[in-house]
Amino acid sequence: MLNAWIIGSIVAIVAGVVGFFVVMRGAAFAAHAIPNGAFAGAAGANLVSINPLFGLGVFSLVAALGIARLSRRGRADAVTALALMVMLALGAAFLSQSTEYEPAIFSLLFGEILGVSNAQLWPVLALGAISVAAVAVLYRRLLLCSLVPEIAAARGLRPERLNLVFLLVLACATTMTVPVVGALLIFTLMIGPPAGARCLSDRAPVAMLLSVLSALATIWGALACSFTTNWPVGFWVGTLSAAWFVFGRLVRWWRLARATPRPSSSPRARDGALARA
Amino acid sequence: MHVLFEPGFFSSGPVHVALAVGGVSALVCAVVGVFTVMRGQSFAGHALSDVATTGGSGAFYFGASPLVGFLSAGVMGAGAMELIGVERLRGRDVATGVVLGFATGLSALFLYLDSTKSAVTGVSQQVLFGSIFSLDPSTIPLVSALSALTLLVVVVIYRPLLLSSVSPDLAAARGVRVRLVGLLFMLSLAVAVGLSSIAIGSILSTALLIGPAATALRVTKNLRAAMALAASWGVLATWLGVMCAYDSYYWLRPNPGLPVSFFIVGLIFVGYLGAGLPARRRPSSTASSLQLESASA
Repeated sequence: MLNAWIIGSIVAIVAGVVGFFVVMRGAAFAAHAIPNGAFAGAAGANLVSINPLFGLGVFSLVAALGIARLSRRGRADAVTALALMVMLALGAAFLSQSTEYEPAIFSLLFGEILGVSNAQLWPVLALGAISVAAVAVLYRRLLLCSLVPEIAAARGLRPERLNLVFLLVLACATTMTVPVVGALLIFTLMIGPPAGARCLSDRAPVAMLLSVLSALATIWGALACSFTTNWPVGFWVGTLSAAWFVFGRLVRWWRLARATPRPSSSPRARDGALARA
Repeated sequence: MHVLFEPGFFSSGPVHVALAVGGVSALVCAVVGVFTVMRGQSFAGHALSDVATTGGSGAFYFGASPLVGFLSAGVMGAGAMELIGVERLRGRDVATGVVLGFATGLSALFLYLDSTKSAVTGVSQQVLFGSIFSLDPSTIPLVSALSALTLLVVVVIYRPLLLSSVSPDLAAARGVRVRLVGLLFMLSLAVAVGLSSIAIGSILSTALLIGPAATALRVTKNLRAAMALAASWGVLATWLGVMCAYDSYYWLRPNPGLPVSFFIVGLIFVGYLGAGLPARRRPSSTASSLQLESASA
């Protein structure tokens, strides 16, 4: 249980930091596709009996490279969908040839955070540190590119290359955590808390700090709830993350409603204000 | 002849059902998919199939019909995404992600409860991957009827949908209720995706939704032609895939055969890559000229 708390906290910090830019850049689909598709690598590694971590790493790298390469011609979302489907179909083919079915899939998708061993802590810690360090180095460039792409381009930044590097960071942050906490948990943590935090503050460093704190609160709350109710951690992480997002949206809506002196404004105008904000 | 069609291909009942249901799903998915790809809603299209599987595992727990679970979860998910959804692309992406995360969390809960309730194994396997060869023939009429309904909705809202996909401002100025049209489209997307993921599994449902449509939009700028091309390529790829999967039981005789999804997705992906080859020589941007052309149409 202690290991679960430690690893949960590491994952939450990484998810809060990287997820902030996932939300800023609108890269939620890639954050879903890379860890989910990488499971095929583990299934393939299982089939030829090598270390599943190797398969996971190779598949997530190939996914990040492939998505970045193919989406240079536009329609990044369609390309991401196709890449994910190719990987999942390969995974289905690998699984059909092996004898392991249900438990393998279940644990890769939903994780086994409660059964983490000491040996599993170190790789996650190392890769998490690499991802956070990479985001720290790229911080200004990523921010500029996500907020004002025109200025970024004028300053000579290459958005395509930055996108590739960001996808590689994403692959690094998500994949090694997959066997430990599952593809579902890391994705949910990367979307809900950062999206809620963005609604709470317009200042990037503050929003990022809030995003890390709310991700930590989510994972700690989820572990505690899961311990008392015996329901899966993934369910609680999903519910609490969604709750953060709803909370952030409500706070922003309330602030906007207070800032506008006319409460009689039509719902259409309110939607417009939300969309602009 | 026997190289292509292994013995019993044409007389096998499951193969007939697979060809029929697979073909219908591929057709509906391709038509809805052209709009999905054009509107940049591929993530929503994929997420809805995962949301639908949540309904599937929930229905299994409550002992309801899986079809009811798939459809109601899909419709609720689409409604939630559209409710949160803001007009900007990035906001929509996050809204989809939040709904997807919540739904997969619920899915984890239902699968856990399913496993405590009964010792039936293979539930998550079935829900996640589906199997086109183990369909119940009695579902064909219902699947076809709902598919026809989805197609009808897309045909009825075709013009306002096209206008609001290309230019929401222009559509609003012309009196189109953009959000209502968007909601109707999301609901028909949810039904199409839900139906195809119960019929052919969640993997294939996204592949058939996005793959043929994205391929067709690479080939032609004309929207109607893209729909026709996507539909025929989707159906063809599905049938070829079913045939290859059936044959693979004979090719790999000591080992089990390969799944249908592997072959269909493989064909679709190769088609997508192939469609990009001629475009490489033309520097013109397909997306912008398509939008201009359909706006003036």
